[in-house]
Amino acid sequence: MSDMAVLSRRTLLKASALVGGGFALTATMPMLARAVGTGAAPAAASLNAFIAINPDNTITIIGKNPEIGQGIKTMLPMLIAEELDADWTQVRIEQGNVDAAKYGLQIAGGSFATPLNWMPMRQTGAAARAMLIAAAAQRWGVPAAGLRTEPSMVVDPASGRKLSYGDLASDAAAMPVPDAASLQLKNAADFRIIGKSVNGIDSPRIVRGEPIFGVDTQLPGMVYAAYERAPVFGAKLVSANVDAAKAAPGVIDAFTVQGNGNPAELVDGVAVVASNWWLANRARAQLAPVWDNGEWAGHSTAGYNTAARAAMASGEAQEVFNEKGDTAAAFTAADKVIEAEYSYPFLAHVAMEPMNCTAMLREDGVMEMWAPSQLPQGGQQSVATYLGVTPDKVVVNLTRMGGGFGRRLNNDYMVQVAAIAKQMPGTPVQLIWSREDDLRTDFYRPAGWHKLRAAVDASGKMTGIEDHFVTFANEGGSFNPAVMSNDEFPANYLPNVRYAQTKMATAVPMGALRAPTSNAVAFVFQSFLAEVAEATGKDLPTLLMEIVEGAEPEAPVMGFGGPNPGFDPRRLRAVTTKVTDMAGWGEPVADGHALGFGYYYSHQGYFAEVVEASLNERNQVVVHKVWVAGDVGSVIINPTGALNQVQGSVIDGIGQALALAVEIEGGAAKQSNFHNYQLPRMPVTPEIVVEWVMSDNAPTGLGEPALPPVIPALTNALFALTGKRIRDLPIDTSKLV
Amino acid sequence: MAFTVSINGETREIDAPGEMPLLWALRNELGMVGTKFGCGIGMCGACTVHLDGQATRSCSLPLSAIGEKQVSTIEHLETTPVGAALQQAWLDEDVMQCGYCQAGQLMNATALLNANPSPSSAEIHAAMQGNICRCACYGRIEKAIAMVARGETANV
Repeated sequence: MSDMAVLSRRTLLKASALVGGGFALTATMPMLARAVGTGAAPAAASLNAFIAINPDNTITIIGKNPEIGQGIKTMLPMLIAEELDADWTQVRIEQGNVDAAKYGLQIAGGSFATPLNWMPMRQTGAAARAMLIAAAAQRWGVPAAGLRTEPSMVVDPASGRKLSYGDLASDAAAMPVPDAASLQLKNAADFRIIGKSVNGIDSPRIVRGEPIFGVDTQLPGMVYAAYERAPVFGAKLVSANVDAAKAAPGVIDAFTVQGNGNPAELVDGVAVVASNWWLANRARAQLAPVWDNGEWAGHSTAGYNTAARAAMASGEAQEVFNEKGDTAAAFTAADKVIEAEYSYPFLAHVAMEPMNCTAMLREDGVMEMWAPSQLPQGGQQSVATYLGVTPDKVVVNLTRMGGGFGRRLNNDYMVQVAAIAKQMPGTPVQLIWSREDDLRTDFYRPAGWHKLRAAVDASGKMTGIEDHFVTFANEGGSFNPAVMSNDEFPANYLPNVRYAQTKMATAVPMGALRAPTSNAVAFVFQSFLAEVAEATGKDLPTLLMEIVEGAEPEAPVMGFGGPNPGFDPRRLRAVTTKVTDMAGWGEPVADGHALGFGYYYSHQGYFAEVVEASLNERNQVVVHKVWVAGDVGSVIINPTGALNQVQGSVIDGIGQALALAVEIEGGAAKQSNFHNYQLPRMPVTPEIVVEWVMSDNAPTGLGEPALPPVIPALTNALFALTGKRIRDLPIDTSKLV
Repeated sequence: MAFTVSINGETREIDAPGEMPLLWALRNELGMVGTKFGCGIGMCGACTVHLDGQATRSCSLPLSAIGEKQVSTIEHLETTPVGAALQQAWLDEDVMQCGYCQAGQLMNATALLNANPSPSSAEIHAAMQGNICRCACYGRIEKAIAMVARGETANV
């Protein structure tokens, strides 16, 4: 809890005049700004928002966070505009560039943006509104307390006078900045913008094909680069025929690059630079690189699976990480013992826009970058470290991204392009990865294995649980998400618990994939609990309700950026009840169809989902309908965006369950493109019905928590349909007959 | 080698090898970056353009194979009635999340409605299944296409 001591909720606000008679406001909120994932901490620790009001009454609001398709460039400015009481039709949104001192932490990850920014963004808007009111009070010679606002207008109810924000902007910029504690935020009932659907702010440009993504960056004299790296993870470059590549058509240069062994920064490789990316990429075939694969070429998914199964069979785990009560006694006394092994594969992110970055070493020694990154401050730090300069010598322009899903929390492509651009001062270089590079150079969702046991007493009550989790120790130095929570549900609600783990060595880079850990562990635990329910003659919703019966909310926990509410069993109950009502759980379903239920709590969101599935005449899984009940707090800030996130998460999860796996063979990823990594396509899409359970909690994020429960909901439906239990992902339909 | 290609009604000279896919001529030779790179093997549809009105994967179309055929890209879509109606429907339905695949989705959908103005749901699925949306906005894409097919947007 020591982190909490350094958290100060005092908000510092300062104003400065804008060129052109406008007015600028920045809000600084000291907070713990530490990076997740890469371990690279942004330099500064403040959070700022930026408002500019122009004399023509238009308002420019900065969206500070990286936009990966989660809608944050639209949503954070909505929070500011609400408390500013802005006329939304007059609001223009601009992307903030990477600037830790000005904007604080800029990250697209962890579904953090909503909980971390809900207060400070609104305070930023409210402070500006207070200054506009103060300016009007001064002009009219009346007390500020008697004034109110309408969208982009200050109003004096006593006289009926009105002044537009544009008229007041210059005066307002000279007003004292209010103390954050004095700011009165709106009651939810008075919201004009929050809670109303606002369509994606960049969408009009996107449908016209305007340049907006990182890979659309175009600079005068720009050249294109491809980067050849070893297929085998952990390999080192011995030699390459750069002269042959240089002789290929269109090639400007080719050279070897020495890495530092950390896949999150820079691995050994060969850069090929050409006038056109296709020419650069084609010339890679001339390189004939020789790699030293070291010990890693013998690694494979099959080998990991054999070792993991042996570890689980041995009953000997390396480490016990949660032990409570006396599980040995509980299992000895048990009326029934349920036991099962589960597994799930490595997964790739495959954002539609392949990894890319543009960089130029300027004459002043600054490395200027145009980066599609979910954690651009981490990338800025990594590039600065690589170049041996201070972060201020790395200027990062933040671009919209064609998807992230956690892949772009690692900024290896930023360091790669910096390593290339450093060799070509004054020339802008755009590095683009092929889809094959992307699939074979990922930070994969770690594969994992679990051996679970549950003890049930004669009354049918669950009395104990054991899990032997077989996972990986990361050898590469990058962030390792191959972990599970110490108190993975239902540990806190059973008297006897033993969670243990065994780690295997690997050089396979691992990283956060949308709803990291949860996207795998939800399948394991919600499937296994369904097995326990089945063995005791009840259904999974009933078992979950029994487990948490009468339980009160857990104590707050330290989260990223501040204390978060503890797990609240009442919210579990509410979403479970809601979704079973929605789906007609327990009632007859269409012939040949079956329902399955799954629940999960992650990223501070509570989701319960029911899947209706069948098998077609070719024994393929068909998902007909999915019902979703979610609780992410007191308000859905942007309903259209929220619904899109949930529907996309559901299909994402179904796609993972049906078809997706990255297999390691010979120390390398076997899958290479969409022919052997088959993402869900339009015909997979079920009808998806979403309803919200509103609760008295500050709103939390939606990029992730709707995904995990759909996978066990699907496999539980398949069990209801066939009596066959899917314990390994992706689903092998031959095991359903 | 120089190729003369008709793109969006204009004659363009491209000095590049004949094996170069149209996608990379558009993006890196002509600076027309609306057409997107997704997979390079014709499996995702992000690079879809029209070749004499037919939806075509530009990542797999060599310059040497274009000949006299007319190329049309996303930058030109709003000049066509069906394309403009679909663009508006995309905005009305708030279809997209990241948006990267949407140029290809729109080009493919326009070719579909030009060939079949009233597709069934199954026909929409069959025509659109070559276009991956990683964010999985499929429900909204289908709805937007169906709206235009039924003449429910202002531009039709």
